[in-house]
Amino acid sequence: MLRWIRQQLGFDPPHQSDTRTVYIANRFPQHGHYVPQRFADNRIISSKYTIWNFVPKNLFEQFRRIANFYFLIIFLVQLMIDTPTSPVTSGLPLFFVITVTAIKQGYEDWLRHKADNEVNGAPVFVVRSGSLVQTRSKNIRVGDIVRVAKDETFPVDLVLLSSDRIEGTCHITTTSLDGETNLKTHYSVPETLVSRSVSRLESLHAVVECQQPDADLYRFVGRITITQQGEEIVRPLGPENLLLRGARLKNTKEIFGVAVYTGMESKMALNYKCKSQKRSAVEKSMNTFLLIYLGILLFEAVLSTILKYAWQAENKWDEPFYNQKTEQERNSSQILKFISDFLAFLVLYNFIIPISLYVTVEMQKFLGSFFIGWDLDLYHEESNQMAQVNTSDLNEELGQVEYVFTDKTGTLTENEMLFRECSINGVKYQEINGKLVPEGMTDDSLDGSSPRLSCEELLFLKAVSLCHTVQISYEQPGDGPGDPFSHANGFSSQMEYYASSPDEKALVEATKRMGVTFMGSHGETMEIKTLGKSEKYKLLHILEFDANRRRMSVILQTPSGEKMLFTKGAESAVLPFTTGGEIDKTRVHVDEFALKGLRTLVVACRHFSAEEYVEVDRLLHEACTALQQREERLAEVFSFIEKDLELLGATAVEDKLQEKVQETIEALRLAGIKVWVLTGDKHETAVSVSLSCGHFHRTMNILELVQQKSDNECAEQLRQLARRIKEDHVIQHGLVVDGASLSLALRGHEKLFMEVCKNCSAVLCCRMAPLQKAKVVRLLKTSPEKPITLAIGDGANDVSMIQEAHVGIGIMGKEGRQAVRNSDYAIARFKFLSKLLLVHGHFYYIRIATLVQYFFYKNVCFITPQFLYQFVCLFSQQTLYDSVYLTLYNICFTSLPILIYSLFEQLVHPHVLQSKPALYRDISRNSLLSFKTFLYWTLLGFCHAFVFFFGSYILMGEDTSLMGNGQMFGNWTFGTLVFTVMVITVTLKLALETHFWTWMNHFVTWGSIAFYFIFSLFYGGIIWPFLHTQDMYFVFVQLLSSGSAWFAIVIIITTCLFPDIIKKVFYRHLQPTSTQKSQMYSNRVVIGDDFIALQPLTRAKNQLGKISLLRPTTRASAAWTPCAATRRGRTGAPGWAGWWSK
Amino acid sequence: MMASSYNAKEEDGHVAVPVGGTIKNKKPDNTAFKQQRLPAWQPILTAGTVLPAFFVIGLIFIPIGIGLYVTSNNIREFEIDYTGTDIDDPCFNCSQSFSWNNTRPCTCALDFSLDHPFESNVFMYYGLSNFYQNHRRYVKSRDDSQLNGDINSLKNPSKECEPYARNEKAPIAPCGAIANSMFNDTLDLYYVHPNGTRIQIPLSKKDIAWWTDKHVKFRNPGNNPNLTAAFQGTSKPINWRRPVYELDTDEENNGFINEDFIVWMRTAALPTFRKLYRIIQKKNNMTPTLPRGNYTLEVSYNYPVRSFEGRKRVILSTISWMGGKNPFLGIAYITVGSVCFFLGVVLLIIHHKYGSRNNSADIPN
Repeated sequence: MLRWIRQQLGFDPPHQSDTRTVYIANRFPQHGHYVPQRFADNRIISSKYTIWNFVPKNLFEQFRRIANFYFLIIFLVQLMIDTPTSPVTSGLPLFFVITVTAIKQGYEDWLRHKADNEVNGAPVFVVRSGSLVQTRSKNIRVGDIVRVAKDETFPVDLVLLSSDRIEGTCHITTTSLDGETNLKTHYSVPETLVSRSVSRLESLHAVVECQQPDADLYRFVGRITITQQGEEIVRPLGPENLLLRGARLKNTKEIFGVAVYTGMESKMALNYKCKSQKRSAVEKSMNTFLLIYLGILLFEAVLSTILKYAWQAENKWDEPFYNQKTEQERNSSQILKFISDFLAFLVLYNFIIPISLYVTVEMQKFLGSFFIGWDLDLYHEESNQMAQVNTSDLNEELGQVEYVFTDKTGTLTENEMLFRECSINGVKYQEINGKLVPEGMTDDSLDGSSPRLSCEELLFLKAVSLCHTVQISYEQPGDGPGDPFSHANGFSSQMEYYASSPDEKALVEATKRMGVTFMGSHGETMEIKTLGKSEKYKLLHILEFDANRRRMSVILQTPSGEKMLFTKGAESAVLPFTTGGEIDKTRVHVDEFALKGLRTLVVACRHFSAEEYVEVDRLLHEACTALQQREERLAEVFSFIEKDLELLGATAVEDKLQEKVQETIEALRLAGIKVWVLTGDKHETAVSVSLSCGHFHRTMNILELVQQKSDNECAEQLRQLARRIKEDHVIQHGLVVDGASLSLALRGHEKLFMEVCKNCSAVLCCRMAPLQKAKVVRLLKTSPEKPITLAIGDGANDVSMIQEAHVGIGIMGKEGRQAVRNSDYAIARFKFLSKLLLVHGHFYYIRIATLVQYFFYKNVCFITPQFLYQFVCLFSQQTLYDSVYLTLYNICFTSLPILIYSLFEQLVHPHVLQSKPALYRDISRNSLLSFKTFLYWTLLGFCHAFVFFFGSYILMGEDTSLMGNGQMFGNWTFGTLVFTVMVITVTLKLALETHFWTWMNHFVTWGSIAFYFIFSLFYGGIIWPFLHTQDMYFVFVQLLSSGSAWFAIVIIITTCLFPDIIKKVFYRHLQPTSTQKSQMYSNRVVIGDDFIALQPLTRAKNQLGKISLLRPTTRASAAWTPCAATRRGRTGAPGWAGWWSK
Repeated sequence: MMASSYNAKEEDGHVAVPVGGTIKNKKPDNTAFKQQRLPAWQPILTAGTVLPAFFVIGLIFIPIGIGLYVTSNNIREFEIDYTGTDIDDPCFNCSQSFSWNNTRPCTCALDFSLDHPFESNVFMYYGLSNFYQNHRRYVKSRDDSQLNGDINSLKNPSKECEPYARNEKAPIAPCGAIANSMFNDTLDLYYVHPNGTRIQIPLSKKDIAWWTDKHVKFRNPGNNPNLTAAFQGTSKPINWRRPVYELDTDEENNGFINEDFIVWMRTAALPTFRKLYRIIQKKNNMTPTLPRGNYTLEVSYNYPVRSFEGRKRVILSTISWMGGKNPFLGIAYITVGSVCFFLGVVLLIIHHKYGSRNNSADIPN
């Protein structure tokens, strides 16, 4: 964070210009006006502190938290003025909290230091003064030539100069950077690739000019100027020439590269920025409550101060003969006294805002989050992956989700592509047993022996097998550098394709089955084997895929010398540019494929004449070497090249649905969660997948807002949809929106659009760009109801949405780990979402909600008697309890039961929660922290406090002796009586809230009370040498020796808790929540997996009616007798839900 | 928390290299703890479970309440106010002519009669009203280490004792406002025999303070049996007539361990309070401790309360195992018990009559 600020403010090496000039091997020009540039060294510093600045810096960071600062202020006030409680009472807990946090952060930083040192001290080989020198990673400077061997990671951002391969390429994986597991090929410039040894590198004179450090991993613009025989050759440099720090060298023995970005300026280092912090709804309401309590605190303090002065106006109360003031007190100024009195009251009552709340909440979140990772039900056996918690701050938010935004590919589906069908030249084909069979023909009609491929078919297959960026890896146990072509003859079993897109892999594999095998690319040559015959294509250019163009192309030179372009892309991105081929038929086919839920790609080609190619080559070269605005210029050139295409055909790839997607979506819907599917797929594909995964029902009325071209049209359509919804509110509606219409709708008609969306039980957005996904999430998030949103996805294109939503969930899928890394929680499969939300979310929410409420409650109980006591002690700020009790109340006596509760509480059995998703509605919209419940708990706290205080007051206020020997008690005994009653009541109150009594709950509940007694006996049993008052000496023992006190304790506790019990029982019987009903249910019925009673309301009613007729005395739980019929009725779902919500 | 640390090692460790290797099995342990399946008792508060508790509590509390009430009622208590605010009051003169400098105590006598004999030991209390012993400035105005016999604190009283720490340079022992304002009326009780003779009732001043206070918390300074020497160089509290070492002639009840002093030093919780003054021991089983008849209370009136509208009382009370007369507990128990019982009945009726109806109400036809 600070580093970032520093960089923003420009304290780090200032960037003098837009480019940096790197002299390879630091051979600076001998002549003239050379201004040495200063670059950062290659140290990676991820640690925050050093030994020297740890204490001040850490303290500063900690006291920036508002709560800590508040307690610091209180502590300072106590130090400065004469306050009723000693500074220790607030200083000690603060010190404890600060120390523990500091130790934790210090330890984390120490680990970071260790990691840094390891990274910085790693041995690397650098070419210095003509020989290979081993040095430490941190000593690499910009301009050094670094040697990296196979399977090593790059220590700096390098521009590749040469590799041991003749063509000067190398393979790398960037798994640790962007999570992509495929092999990527990087290239060196032709002029440097010959410098394959140290000696030849010595003679290399070159200068690299490149942009200043930039965090974008996929952007690098630069050029290299090589001086050869007095002649300067300029070559463009792009991302394919740059080897990023953190990536790993593969399949290549060694490479040489020149360091361009070092240390904190490397792209990897620039990429680890802090994730923006998300705050949960519970935390927000907690802060609101805190403010209310701050209000109460200030009110009490002001009231006390005013009353004090009203009361003490008369001298006989202010200063009776027995209680004279000191000279100093008499002489101090009135205003100063007033302020110091106010502060003293503030200090006296400050415990109402408990510091331990923060500590307990943090501990609860941190410890509690382990349960997610430990859950076997969230463990995916096949991929050996368990759920992963990246932020424990949001545990409870999982129980509050109202909208789920899910990606389709890889999230709802397996992202395991299988080639199914294709359309070639207007004829539909299917793949049957590895053969391409035209539609209408059966497998039998072909003679199985030699598949004949027509010219069109062959061209199509070749196009598919050439137009891609697939890499081949050979399973070769460690025998030197991989030269793909040495294996050209025994390939089939050892060859494996690696692709960044699973579609490409599926397509290349499919063509291989059909007889056109991609054999690998070798430098600028691509080799395919058509029916056993090898063909070599010279790869001239790759026009990489990007999300805006939604297509990619390759320009090849065929063996016959012809220059050809193959293009592959989304139908909407390719078809408009086609001029030849069976366009209409193909378009029909593509739509048919899409209807089946298949992913389609359109393949086209273009033949270049020699002149055309020269032009194309020139344009491409110019754009590639441009230092400024390279992207824009490239895009221009690409669109110039990719036109006048001849349509070859279309492919259709199936993406299998993940298991139990339908059940999960159904469960989420029953839980009151609206599911939106956001996908980049075509409209038809998306709808059919939506239907097959249960997101859309057959019975649903599907509304469409697609292909809107103008603002007005869109608005009109929206209005029409709104009308249709209003007219027909019986059945459920589903809405389909596409990206273009969405951006129109969002531009001018947000309200109308939201209106329509809210009335639809399912929304499908197709053709979405990544940023649009995030926009949709933000739109919902900021709508007036402020619903809690959850985004789930697996790919890099979902990252923005995952970061935008309240809760972001990453699927550990095939598209790398970028989504996982940016998510708050990561799970292996979509189906785990139901347990994560319905069970874990529910539990965490209930736990933390009760934790927060209980904390406020117990501190109201704690401080209110103190406040009331001021009324009988002339507002003199006399404390009711001893300072030690004041300090330990929150730390020892009442802390553990609530912590254990908040870790282990289970209101309902997890199976019930999962099988009855409607229970999730019970806690929706932060219901347990609503203002009503907050008021209930606060009032309860006040009531209990009144009972404690006045119970004790009446008992002792009669001013009779309470002891069998006639002796009297004093003020400390009075306070101790109140305190004892309080500790027990508050502990038992939590016991009443606890539904899940494990041995630990028993241990801490009864243990806390026992500890209080033991501690008090011990504390009161000794004359403490270092304390200057011995107020508590034997007070507790004397209290316990009084029979009346015991009876009083029992009656006060009973009086406090009984109304609460009665209230609970009455509410349970008169207005049971569905959670409470299911508690009864789960207690009665043996839990089985098969009692998911999702049946129509009418049927349930009839059956239950019969039951209650037959057995008039059945209890409420009769409603829960499992009904035999479990036929799933979709129409029943809303009614059923309505029944719950009553 | 800012846990966005970069850790090169960790990231490399997670690289899913396609080239096999031993992949650690990350399967979570199937233990009850980790799977949140710990055996647990899951009580639910329903009418069924709570009803018996109501009845049981009702049935237990009501007898206890009656017992406590009866016990409290059996206690004899007599209270007499001797402040002397009215002209007619015997102590009126004394209360008017108060001055700290009076060397001769003002005495007054109050006659009263007991209608019922006090059978067991009688405890004699003095009570003060409107006296804020719980005022913070007052409560903290003491030096416990001085009272515990610490020589150093004897000579240098704690700052908390201000402005009663020093009297013209000489340290005050015992210091502080509490000690300074010690109650110093002397109360004597006479039984007026029907034949007219006054018999002084022996008042015991033993065991009026907590045993631990008397024997541990309060100690005279040094091991010097000669208290006068031990308190050498200290000054008496300003309001006191005598120095602390002259509180009593009895060695065991003198100086800081004087029981009247210890009783006073235990500050009361509320502005109206009683403090145990004397105990009238029962002589034998035959005669009541205080038989029915007329008594005279002789007060040596030293303690001023008029300045703060205070009242002074003397209370004679017998004591049960639960202390003095205190009907509150009994009433509270009877009330809570009855309410519980009553609610139990109501709940039972509701449960019985409407229980089934509630069910069907949930599921309307």
